[in-house]
Amino acid sequence: MSKATFATVWLDGCSGCHMSFLDIDEFLLDLADKIELVYSPLVDNKDFPEMVEVTLVEGAVSNADDYEKIQYIRQHTRTLISLGDCAVTGNVPSMRNPFFVDEVIDRAYNENVTINPQVPHIGVPELRPWVVPVHTIVPVDVYVPGCPPSAALIKHVLTELLEGRKPDLSDIARFG
Amino acid sequence: MSFKTFKIDDMDLSAAEDDTILQVAREHDIFIPTLCFLEGLSPVGACRLCLVEIKGSSKLVPACVTQVQEGMEVLTNSERLQKYRRMVIEMLFSEGNHICAVCVSNGHCDLQYLAQRLGVDHNELPYLHQQKPVDASHYRFAIDHNRCVLCTRCVRVCDEIEGAHTWDVMSHGIDSQVITDLMQPWGDSETCTSCGKCIQVCPTGALFKKSKAVAEMVKEHEFLPYLKTMRETK
Ligand code: SF4
Ligand code: SF4
Ligand code: FES
Repeated sequence: MSKATFATVWLDGCSGCHMSFLDIDEFLLDLADKIELVYSPLVDNKDFPEMVEVTLVEGAVSNADDYEKIQYIRQHTRTLISLGDCAVTGNVPSMRNPFFVDEVIDRAYNENVTINPQVPHIGVPELRPWVVPVHTIVPVDVYVPGCPPSAALIKHVLTELLEGRKPDLSDIARFG
Repeated sequence: MSFKTFKIDDMDLSAAEDDTILQVAREHDIFIPTLCFLEGLSPVGACRLCLVEIKGSSKLVPACVTQVQEGMEVLTNSERLQKYRRMVIEMLFSEGNHICAVCVSNGHCDLQYLAQRLGVDHNELPYLHQQKPVDASHYRFAIDHNRCVLCTRCVRVCDEIEGAHTWDVMSHGIDSQVITDLMQPWGDSETCTSCGKCIQVCPTGALFKKSKAVAEMVKEHEFLPYLKTMRETK
């Protein structure tokens, strides 16, 4: 049996969803028999493959890089999953939205810095004016709320997907 | 007292004529979501989560303030209702700033629970990201207007049970907010007795005790019917 291809990406989030994913413990071994992780912060591949069965997205869309990436990934993914509150709602990263980007940058890199304050320009993507949920940029197939979603919930999602079902989490997963 | 016979979701029922649809449904373990309603306070029909369908009528009615009628056929869980209920929750999420992960009420919140129960796993509506104030001028309590759903439970408990009427509602539409006295800082309020009843009845993380951190604010909604019974039997 050929293995299903999976990917995970990390946009504007804290990596907590990825940690929770690793928390599925011994189920990781079962998973290793059934899936191939073709792209992820957890593996070495630098380029997103031509077509991936399932991509789990952690994090909100906050900067120019997130914005480009998520569109590319959508085009090259069959089932796109918003994993966790940041991807689903914007969550904590979106708390900057009531302010202007300039104010936020000023606060972080000038106002509260005593030694040699400077705004980084090189090698960092530009922040977009608003942090937004993934589904406001590209269509999402499955929503997995939670901050982070529990390991048990992630296991349930993966099991359902591997069985060829679309997981229905509407009354088992909650925000927060 | 006269009785009415009617149906809720094809269940034949009877009840006293001044009973509301919600009362009867609760007695028979039929789930109707509510947010502004709280046992022990007068119902106001503000949140519209308890809307139900009456067969033969295109108008939806709030179950918490609608009395049963002879021959009435009530539907509590049609697809249309499910859709509207999810929409109400989504609008509340859009209008406020509900970041459950960093909220004092995370895990103990009526709004969060309802979202889950009604299957709101994401929001189709854009978030408004309004910047609403936090008033922490009271020595023990604080209010975060970003989490307020304008259910007016605090207003009613303060007026009807405590008799202080510190809380009220100001403005209209999207500008509405609850206020203390004549929109003075809570800490300067001359009418507030610091009894804390508003904290306990608030369904969300809007009203909280200052000593509470994320997910620590557990509310005791149940004290109200108890208080009421004790007063009535005195
Ligand atoms: S008030 Fe409730 S729904 Fe709003 S952020 Fe807090 S826990 Fe979440
Ligand atoms: S502060 Fe709480 S109890 Fe008062 S109206 Fe807002 S949500 Fe309701
Ligand atoms: S519970 Fe009936 S309108 Fe709010």
